[in-house]
Amino acid sequence: MLDANLNPATEAAVEGIRDYLAAQENKTLLRFLTCGSVDDGKSTLIGRLLYDTKLIFEDQLAALEKDSKKHGTTGEDIDLALLVDGLEAEREQGITIDVAYRFFSTPKRKFIVADTPGHEQYTRNMATGASTADLAVVLVDARQGVLLQTRRHSIIASLLGIRNIVLAVNKIDLVGFSKERFGEIVEEYRAFAKDLGFASVMPIPMSARFGDNVSRPSENMSWYDGPTLIGHLETVDIERGLSAKPFRFPVQYVNRPNLDFRGFAGTVASGSVAVGDQVVVAKSGKPSRVKRIVTYDGDLSRAAEGEAVTLVLEDEIEVSRGNMLVTPDARPHVADQLAATLVWFDEQAMMPGRPYVLRTETDEVSATVSALKHRTNINNFAHEAAKHLEMNEVGECNLSLQAPIAFDSFADNRTTGSFILIDRITNRTVGAGMILHPLRRAANIHWQALDVTKQSRAEQKHQKPAVLWFTGLSGSGKSTIANLLEKKLHADGRHTYILDGDNVRHGLNRDLGFTEEDRVENIRRVAEVAKLMADAGLIVLVSFISPFRAERRMARELMEEGEFVEVFVDTPFEECAKRDPKGLYARALKGEIKNFTGVDSPYEEPERADIHLKTAGRAPEDLADELEAWLKDKGIC
Amino acid sequence: MWPHCSKGIGMNAPISHLRLSHLQRLEAESIHIMREVAASFSKPVMLYSVGKDSSVLLHLAMKAFYPAKPPFPFLHVDTTWKFREMIEFRDRMAREKGFDLLVHINEDGVREGIGPFSHGSNVHTHVMKTVALRQALDKYGFDAAFGGARRDEEKSRAKERIFSFRTKTHGWDPKDQRPEMWKTYNTRVAPGESIRVFPLSNWTELDIWQYILQEEIPIVPLYYAAKRPVVERDGMLIMKDDDRMELQPGEALQERMVRFRTLGCYPLTGAIESSADTLEAIVAEMLTARTSERQGRAIDRDEAGSMEKKKREGYF
Ligand SMILES: Nc1nc2c(ncn2[C@@H]2O[C@H](COP(=O)(O)OP(=O)(O)O)[C@@H](O)[C@H]2O)c(=O)[nH]1
Repeated sequence: MLDANLNPATEAAVEGIRDYLAAQENKTLLRFLTCGSVDDGKSTLIGRLLYDTKLIFEDQLAALEKDSKKHGTTGEDIDLALLVDGLEAEREQGITIDVAYRFFSTPKRKFIVADTPGHEQYTRNMATGASTADLAVVLVDARQGVLLQTRRHSIIASLLGIRNIVLAVNKIDLVGFSKERFGEIVEEYRAFAKDLGFASVMPIPMSARFGDNVSRPSENMSWYDGPTLIGHLETVDIERGLSAKPFRFPVQYVNRPNLDFRGFAGTVASGSVAVGDQVVVAKSGKPSRVKRIVTYDGDLSRAAEGEAVTLVLEDEIEVSRGNMLVTPDARPHVADQLAATLVWFDEQAMMPGRPYVLRTETDEVSATVSALKHRTNINNFAHEAAKHLEMNEVGECNLSLQAPIAFDSFADNRTTGSFILIDRITNRTVGAGMILHPLRRAANIHWQALDVTKQSRAEQKHQKPAVLWFTGLSGSGKSTIANLLEKKLHADGRHTYILDGDNVRHGLNRDLGFTEEDRVENIRRVAEVAKLMADAGLIVLVSFISPFRAERRMARELMEEGEFVEVFVDTPFEECAKRDPKGLYARALKGEIKNFTGVDSPYEEPERADIHLKTAGRAPEDLADELEAWLKDKGIC
Repeated sequence: MWPHCSKGIGMNAPISHLRLSHLQRLEAESIHIMREVAASFSKPVMLYSVGKDSSVLLHLAMKAFYPAKPPFPFLHVDTTWKFREMIEFRDRMAREKGFDLLVHINEDGVREGIGPFSHGSNVHTHVMKTVALRQALDKYGFDAAFGGARRDEEKSRAKERIFSFRTKTHGWDPKDQRPEMWKTYNTRVAPGESIRVFPLSNWTELDIWQYILQEEIPIVPLYYAAKRPVVERDGMLIMKDDDRMELQPGEALQERMVRFRTLGCYPLTGAIESSADTLEAIVAEMLTARTSERQGRAIDRDEAGSMEKKKREGYF
């Protein structure tokens, strides 16, 4: 390492190493991030921290001297910022693009620093760094004071649940180590940050470049008697209190190596659990008890926040990934409507009504923003009306989920109260959300005024509307197949409806008989209803004999291009007559029913059905599978 | 004994970070990551390079899925120039731990006789390692691959996500990485795309050694000092592991007490002089080391941005 005064590995050192490591083990960990506007000196500060805590190796130092001459901004001196600006593009442009993680330790603590970029377009990376940090060091250039980025980053830090701030007033050397200037900036920042809910704001005047008040107290500022940055970081209390919260165990993975073992693997998000404790499955409310807490190193009697374990329950109850095991006394919310604060990351703006994938730590569900209540102005925290969220913007939204999830509010639990949004097509992580509270369905039906179109209705259902028109003789299997298919589609989360003789003839078409005219009218009405349903975004399964080509053509022409799918359920007359599920053929053949298709009224076979199902010798399940595959292939579902 | 009875931890410490020790936190985080991958990808693989970081990965994988075995195979990309002891160790581990070992060699490279002596480190590494890895990933169609890289190793690594997205051509775009929030990982990929996953991202070299010591994890004996036949070449001590290495004029083979801080292809991996023949001694030596770990690797020395370039091309 840099300092020459470390002893070589002596015998005593080797013997003492276990003691040394035990001491290391007992150190605590502080994760923090540095943020602020570009050029405020973040990289220099981190370079300084690594340098002062002697984490710079000789070869790195040699490389640094070489690099300083090529890219440096500090003239003849070593440019500490080059230690941490890792990517070539960054060196060339002299800026920090992406969050970098750095590691150092002092005799008191271990530190992981997220060095996050100051450029506006990289705000998302700052949010990344902030999401796992306990504390933020907000840098301000003493000459510039509080800038837009300073505010933006402080607000993001606050939104992401960071409660401890160090206000590092850097480059104090460039303002003559002025107490007044320092005081002005501190005052300005405090005024701005008073509503951000920080538990502590610690202002420190420093010079990252020359090391004043970083790890060694400055000789140039006799007026300052507070701690150095390191001194503060070593002692600041970063209580998150997650172990004192109610027990939450998001299930990651069901471990089932054989029939005798069924364990739920996951990391305890908060609280703790002991063998014998009662737990409930969050989504179903089913209770059970913890039978075993399994680890590779032997069973435990108790597991607490942060531990990755495998729980075995007393009862065989249904639990799968995405669900949560929780304490019965204080359960999380389970809802499919919720309010959240969103930070938007993507170049493509957030649009209410557009479907996204919502991912919590272990659960994944389709979601749409049903209303953008307001955008938060990150300069002054004011609420503004907005129709969408652009990249780097923050807003409060209502979300509507395709299925309920289990969650807490972010204020109560950073782990179970957060989620990310993923674009369904590109799979990019487009936003992050901090949950405020659940919404009752009724509270969330007041949709933001937006043009509700056939497309938006369908998009909300994540499907393409379609009318599947099953035609064929009575008893050919239309309804059986349509029912099976609907079950499959429904299980898949599709929104469907079946129109058939039974549910239409008894109501809407009660006034119609079986004359040719009435049969045409019957089909016309059914086709119109199917059209409305398609307009509502549904996948409609129409199961009607519809013997005449002209009527089927009429129905097809009512629908949009590609929306009408003619399914010919082709079963020979003899077979239908033999099956005769309702005894109709027997009566028609005896002359008791007039105008019966196939007996005394013709069935005009489709000439070009979209799908021709020859049912002979095939099971209905098989036929439904074939249909489903066809629909998938055509992108309908 | 581990992890609950370790003495003196968390008695009156403030809760959160303090209740679990630093290593316990790191271990839990890595296990969590491995389970996420097993739960959300259809064909994961663990890249097993036989080094100490791989040994730790293997150990963590055994823990993560206990009592089951890790639900994915382990892939070793063999450049055919690895130390012989590494290969022996690899096969022994596969036998003892009972994991599913896949070995891939770039046969095209073998046919063309590519090697570090004849073609230099860049060509050799590119063909036998980077291209070989791509071949293997394509051949099996893996959609997620674990690697043992740590953020403290090298500057461009410090910026890499834990779940690091790769295009269909295995490319990495450092300027367009997915934001990674909390422990909520975006595991979604389109067909042909994949994710490299680094469960040891937040571990430092010291953490790795400390964990090996604490958990008594087996590692390749080359990490321990022993008398080995070495040649001084280009400022590095290269061990003559087989007859493919020819001595150049003026070079002499010497028996020296050496060990290795990292393991790779023997002609490209410099040994350091050391008497550290126990784990404790290795850690003690590390704590007083004057050079960073990767310095022993010839591939990193070309120029500062070299690792980033290799990674963009698909090097791990
Ligand atoms: N005089 C002086 N210059 C500084 C100080 N800290 C950083 N700088 C300089 O400010 C410039 C920007 O610093 P850098 O660390 O790259 O800023 P970043 O964009 O926030 O990472 C560089 O030229 C640094 O040398 C300081 O405390 N005093």
